[in-house]
Amino acid sequence: MKNSEPENIGAHSRRTFFKSLGTVAATAATSQVRTIGAELEKINSEKIIGPGPVPVTLTVNGEKLKLMIEPRVTLLDALRNYSSLTGAKEGCDRATCGACTVLLGDTPIYSCQKLAIEAQGIEITTVEGLAKDKRLSKVQLAFIEKDALQCGYCTPGFVMSVTALLKKNFHPTADDVKHACAGNLCRCGCHPHILQAALKAAGVEHAAKTEVITYA
Amino acid sequence: MPSWPAETKYISQSTPRVDGEAKVTGRARYSSDIQAEGWLYGMILRAKWPSAKISSVNLDKALAVPGIKAAVVVRDGAFTIRYYGEEIAAVAGTSKQACLDALRVIEVTADVHHEFVVNESEARKENSPRVWENSPNAPTNPHVRENGKVDDAFAECAAVIEGFYSTAVQIHHPMETMGNTVSWTDDGLKAWSSTQGISSVRDGFAGALKLDHSKVRVITDYMGGGFGAKFGAGAEGVLAAKLSQAAKAPVRLMLTRFDQALAVGNRPSSFQKIKLGAKADGTLLAFDAENYGTAGIGAGGDGGGGGGGADIPMPYLYKVANTRVKQSAVAVNAGASRAFRAPGNPPASYGMESALDDLAVKMGMDPVELRLKNDPNPIRQREYKLGAEKFGWQAKYKKPGSSAGVVKTGVGCAAGAWPAGGASRNTQGEAQINPDGSIEFRLGVQDIGTGTRTVIAVVAAEILQLKPAQITVRVGDTNFPPGPGSGGSTTCPSISPTVFDICNKALEQLQTQSGIADARGENWFTACKKLGVNPLVVHGQWQQGLSADHACGVQFAEVEVDTETGFVSVKKIMGVHDCGLIVNQLTLESQINGGIIMGMGYALYEERVMDDLSGVVLNPNFETYKLPGIGDVPEIEIVLINMPERGVIGIGEPATVPTAAAIANAVANAIGVRVFSLPITPAKVLAALGKAPPATA
Repeated sequence: MKNSEPENIGAHSRRTFFKSLGTVAATAATSQVRTIGAELEKINSEKIIGPGPVPVTLTVNGEKLKLMIEPRVTLLDALRNYSSLTGAKEGCDRATCGACTVLLGDTPIYSCQKLAIEAQGIEITTVEGLAKDKRLSKVQLAFIEKDALQCGYCTPGFVMSVTALLKKNFHPTADDVKHACAGNLCRCGCHPHILQAALKAAGVEHAAKTEVITYA
Repeated sequence: MPSWPAETKYISQSTPRVDGEAKVTGRARYSSDIQAEGWLYGMILRAKWPSAKISSVNLDKALAVPGIKAAVVVRDGAFTIRYYGEEIAAVAGTSKQACLDALRVIEVTADVHHEFVVNESEARKENSPRVWENSPNAPTNPHVRENGKVDDAFAECAAVIEGFYSTAVQIHHPMETMGNTVSWTDDGLKAWSSTQGISSVRDGFAGALKLDHSKVRVITDYMGGGFGAKFGAGAEGVLAAKLSQAAKAPVRLMLTRFDQALAVGNRPSSFQKIKLGAKADGTLLAFDAENYGTAGIGAGGDGGGGGGGADIPMPYLYKVANTRVKQSAVAVNAGASRAFRAPGNPPASYGMESALDDLAVKMGMDPVELRLKNDPNPIRQREYKLGAEKFGWQAKYKKPGSSAGVVKTGVGCAAGAWPAGGASRNTQGEAQINPDGSIEFRLGVQDIGTGTRTVIAVVAAEILQLKPAQITVRVGDTNFPPGPGSGGSTTCPSISPTVFDICNKALEQLQTQSGIADARGENWFTACKKLGVNPLVVHGQWQQGLSADHACGVQFAEVEVDTETGFVSVKKIMGVHDCGLIVNQLTLESQINGGIIMGMGYALYEERVMDDLSGVVLNPNFETYKLPGIGDVPEIEIVLINMPERGVIGIGEPATVPTAAAIANAVANAIGVRVFSLPITPAKVLAALGKAPPATA
């Protein structure tokens, strides 16, 4: 497949889907068989891509990334292992930890669950793309100020989830932040500081309830 | 004797971590991000059976997969598999996809045994299948420790309680799995490791591959958490090295999340049968306990971190005149344990603090009063009083189960300590001071997320009267002067005095060479300029008198329990902690939050679930092994007791110790009955309330 226009990408995923349904479809109700049969005929007439490497063009942080990869390569795998963009992390490769979160358009997604070929034609933003002219974003600054990280491995994912939230909600509540970060895991236990940082990035100061007492 | 400055500008204040920017921009290169020239992807094939004899492994088809450059078997000849997930072979190729294809076509000839055991109580039985052919699963003579006359003492007690308290196997699950990029050539071996101990990994590679220590270099710029599991080179490291040698290319072999759940460590379970008695005034008089737990096929796998066994300290923090403790580790067909954040302490705290609360209830005594009566430690005495006042204990503590309505509230408290800790006295480091005034510290330690770089920068800035941002810190390289592994809460008390020493030696030499009487602060650049062309390199080491050990802590928990669903919601945790001289408050807060949240997972969610019939781990990934999420985390209030006169003490372990016990006690206080095992799941709550049948073991 040479063309990387979005409609072909859609056709590709439909084709794969219906092909997998093929045997089931044969025994299904007749009306469904007719519909599915027509679809199958249409998509089987398209050129099959893979299983070998195919050219894929991704738009990441405003730049074109041209790769030769197998269609089964995920967006996360493409970023981390076929380019030097290792900011998105692999924690589970299974849509359970959120360390791989990137923005597809303005939507936060698990990049481990998106095939790279399906991500063509849409602007992808990774954590490396947030700072503009070396100036950190508000979210990044707030994460540093509030110490919303320890080992830092989950941090890119949380930063992207919070960034996505603030793109559509300028005045989030604590519950909004918790909802936005519900798909991100942190094992060091930075959650209280992450909450403070997200609110701080939205302009709400929310101090830690820590008291220091000198022993006498 | 050296001493910390009385007035400080950075120490005990809050400095944002110096590597924060690298971490929030993705610039920080973790071990799993390393892309060495010509690197290959590596993956491991693991056993699908809990017990088997492997007679042969044929790699031919794997080697024929396009892109595959090397494949190795874990060892030559026939070998035995003792748990689901044990390593069999590994492959390296140009892509992850090639590796996945290759793993599928490796031919393993195995005699699969149908006799195995994964359940602790089954494994203890005499007729149980044996995990190790030549020894019983549980020792025939468990360790017994006895002081006083226990049986006589119980007869004198005014109140006695008995309970069978148990805790589940907990998995470390750092967000970055274990693994390395290894390049092994004739010149030596270089490994970028996700580790807590660059030196122990170096020694591990050298030992396993028969190399001189000088031929092995380990680098850890950034790593994604360890919690006690990441001290050795590991089977995965050795396999990566062999693949690298065979393929003549660097191999990056990071474990999958499944691998992580099966084979690289855990906290052993505990089954604590406790009998505890006190005099009428609450003084503990007699303690009798029998504990067993499993460390899987064995304890302390892949050492360097030590510990990790199934024995726990009993009766934990309390001195009971008449004490009998009987303990045994039970082998089962499951992955070996490793040291896990305060090994032995969280289960010990859960068992003993639960028993104390049950005793308090039986005696009609306030749980805090019972602890003040019996806790021998003056710092915790102070912490209990302070915490109880700030938490509003007196107003909040009610008779168990007495709150109205379907959703019941309760409070609980518990104590913890980390009696180990202290410093590694061999810690060394160096600083290079350049004529332009820039300064670089080099220490052979690693930052596991606790803020090691920041601690070094803060201490150096304080002593040299510079700003933390002016200090360049390099860690995570075995070519630097040696430091401790990041375990046992020893890093901060090891490196802070070392940096103190380097700074003072640097000032001394700089002042001599420059002729400037005080080279600190505003004179720094003038003094450095007088060095001429050659930088000054100063070596320093750990000094006595600037650090200590034995941090304490008490925690208070407030929970809501829905008695219709059994769901426990933690509303608030207050942690009252001491760690001597506070070095950096901001990162300290983060560590305490983290300890509390990990303890909350231990209390409510985390458990490795084994299937007795198939011997497999049923929850080897995050959709089934539940970690606390941001929505579960309660309000956390931290009270820090600053004791500069004690010097620096680590906080990583003590912060996680009392949380589970405090939550368990709060749940018992809310519903009026005890849930005797962790994690406290809704099913167990409903069973304790008599609303659902108990789970079958």
